[in-house]
Amino acid sequence: MTRPHLVHPRHVQNMMYIVLSLMAAVVVLPVLGLLAYMMIKGLAGLNPDLFLKGSQALLPAMVGTLYLVLLTAAIAAPIGIAAAVYLSEYAHRGILVRLIRLAIINLAGVPSVVHGLFGLALFVMMLKFGRCLLSGAATMALLVLPLIISASEEALRQVPQRLRDGSLALGATRWQTIRRVVLPNALPGIMTGLILSISRAAGETAPILFTAAFLSLTNPYPESLFDEILALPYQLFVMTSEMPSVPAETKWATAFVLVVLVLGLNIGAILWRTHLRRAKRW
Amino acid sequence: MSALPSAVGRTLTQTGEDGSQSAGQSVAEEAFLPTCEEVPCAPNILRPEGEIKLEARSLNMYYGSFQALRNVSMAIPERRITALIGPSGCGKSSFLRCFNRMNDMIDGFRLEGDVLLEGNDIYRRDLDLAYLRKRVGMVFQAPNPFPMSIYDNIAYGPRLHGRPDRSELDQIVEQSLRQAALWDEVKDKLRQSALGLSGGQQQRLCIARVLAVQPEVLLMDEPASALDPTATFHIEELMLQLMEHYTIVIVTHNMYQASRVSQYTGFFLMGELVEFGHTEQIFETPRDKRTDDYIRGRFG
Amino acid sequence: MLRTRQAFDEQLEQLQQRLLQFGTFVEAMVDKAIRALTYQDLNLAREVIAEDDTADHMDVEIEQMCMHLIAQQQPMGSDLRVIGSTMKVIADVERIADYAVDIARIAIALADTEYFKPLVDIPRMAELVRHMLRRGLEALIKRDMDMTREIIEMDDEVDALWRKLRAQLEDIMQERPLVVPQAVYLLLVARYLERIGDHVENIAERVAYVETGQLTNLAPTHRTDYQPESFNGAPGRAIQHDEGKPSGGW
Repeated sequence: MTRPHLVHPRHVQNMMYIVLSLMAAVVVLPVLGLLAYMMIKGLAGLNPDLFLKGSQALLPAMVGTLYLVLLTAAIAAPIGIAAAVYLSEYAHRGILVRLIRLAIINLAGVPSVVHGLFGLALFVMMLKFGRCLLSGAATMALLVLPLIISASEEALRQVPQRLRDGSLALGATRWQTIRRVVLPNALPGIMTGLILSISRAAGETAPILFTAAFLSLTNPYPESLFDEILALPYQLFVMTSEMPSVPAETKWATAFVLVVLVLGLNIGAILWRTHLRRAKRW
Repeated sequence: MSALPSAVGRTLTQTGEDGSQSAGQSVAEEAFLPTCEEVPCAPNILRPEGEIKLEARSLNMYYGSFQALRNVSMAIPERRITALIGPSGCGKSSFLRCFNRMNDMIDGFRLEGDVLLEGNDIYRRDLDLAYLRKRVGMVFQAPNPFPMSIYDNIAYGPRLHGRPDRSELDQIVEQSLRQAALWDEVKDKLRQSALGLSGGQQQRLCIARVLAVQPEVLLMDEPASALDPTATFHIEELMLQLMEHYTIVIVTHNMYQASRVSQYTGFFLMGELVEFGHTEQIFETPRDKRTDDYIRGRFG
Repeated sequence: MLRTRQAFDEQLEQLQQRLLQFGTFVEAMVDKAIRALTYQDLNLAREVIAEDDTADHMDVEIEQMCMHLIAQQQPMGSDLRVIGSTMKVIADVERIADYAVDIARIAIALADTEYFKPLVDIPRMAELVRHMLRRGLEALIKRDMDMTREIIEMDDEVDALWRKLRAQLEDIMQERPLVVPQAVYLLLVARYLERIGDHVENIAERVAYVETGQLTNLAPTHRTDYQPESFNGAPGRAIQHDEGKPSGGW
């Protein structure tokens, strides 16, 4: 005998829909709340003076962060993408590959402050780069490398195997196949991964704490790789932890600018991905 | 055909990218291959008359510990259509992929025996894999045009193998599309994405893409299984036209297709070539009971 | 283990049963025609002529069954051979029905004639070809090649009787010009029975084809001793039959 449902499946369906959408909303709320809170608190401090005037002006710090982020990308992207291509296209399952993957996972798990200390030891002290843009970017590159590798690997995996087969069967070498078919089609995914990694780099403080960032500089805009820089997250960090004299709204305004910068990068990446996905479909 | 310098009875383990092989070779270089008379042939395996384009001799293939092919010997005649039929997992696709070495990349792949293209061993050490695949083209089950323009799809192969100039390329593109009976349908939209074509058109594009590198052999792995009946008949008609210039080997689940297009048919079962003969003979008067059961649909 | 194509198997079985029914029906026609001739029974003869329509219907029906099976099931291998052979065999059986009708017509023509001697060898020949027909269809359905050998032996006997009758009738026609019309008719009957035997032999040849796929002429030599220009066209085909067929005027 089949017994009837206690509650009709349609009602269960409706209930679950409501419960699940509420839970999803819970995730969104803190983000929106945080943004709103920062905006309200910092609104008074948000003015042109904040960006241009005084020793804590934001513009040089933003420029410093921009340089840092670009150099990080320039270092991490080629290495990361190359590693991803090796892992996904060339490597057979073996001990070496397993070791590499293990290293990547561990690298991703290392706290960022340890990266900072490692960068201090390797780039600043051992290689004698000094506390500078290059040391900071190299340290930051180490931090984001696992992100770039896994995002790129994922993007490469998304390229259908039948496209590779089609190319190989036409007599293409593996490299020709990667260069002409795989990479062009994985590019949207790789680029979004790259931008997301970089937005992470833009917000990090610990890696540049000992390797690159200063609070104030006589020459705030760096002219070479070996110049010291100002950086937005570092500025915020020092401002909030060591400078009680700075008005609260200035701190909130700074935080707001930083968050908007990072979110802007993220949203830009998402929009770009959707655009590219629409252009290339298989 | 008889005196061919090559390696006999060697074992091929992991094969690298450009034909470099790593281990497991018991090579007797410059030894002579046994002639066909010396190779013991099963009674139901026909040796076709005329020129032989491709040949497999005593082929055993393994994926790790799984044996995909068991002592398969088959001679494939030039400028004919040879169909390979059999249930899923019988080894027919694996066998097909031996002829352009598309199995090499699979982990654990191992091959014993010889595969010959016009009498030359294609698993030899110094073989130029790109050149082999240029001569032996392949069309896959699902149409797989590259996400680029129709023109660039066709030009892909020629650009791999050299640097053809613009007018040369234009000519190759037109000729290949004409040969694949697609020119009239796409001549006004060569710059548009190949992904906008219908399934049947995409498959003909893939055939044209292979023809553009001027192969001698076309391997077709269930080329019409993803297509509707009309598109299927297009492909079949095209195959019959192409037969004039190309040696075609087709793997198909559809034995009616095999009976329509091919002159020779081989039936595979659990890695074994059970029967190989003229297509009419296979479908009307198969010699082996297993072949009869399979083609009558009375299997298992 | 799952059995595949059960419905198709049942349809094939049905087809073979229908073929067997057709054979039985035509065999009865031959029997009646010969009895009508022997006992000069006009009613029986007319019955046979009327039954020709039924035989034609059965022929058409079986052919359609075959065509439907081909279209719906796309038979291959031995299934294809069974269906293809059935289509050929029904043509032979239908031809045998035509001969029965021809014999019945002769029976009507000779109903009022007093036979110059009682019919003995003709009924005996008829008995043999009827038996052959029954065994032939049985062999086809059972795919029994041993039975086909039996059929060949019986056909040799039929041929021997035909040669004997022909010689006897020749003598009679030379000696007694008055009975020539009657003798010609009886010669035709004997000839028809001999041809029926050949058609059954065609059926028997199908057994080997269905079973092995080999198309063979079962008795390529045994008729070479008799090749009269006036009668035989291509062996195994009753080309002459159409010309010799008793037409409306009979």
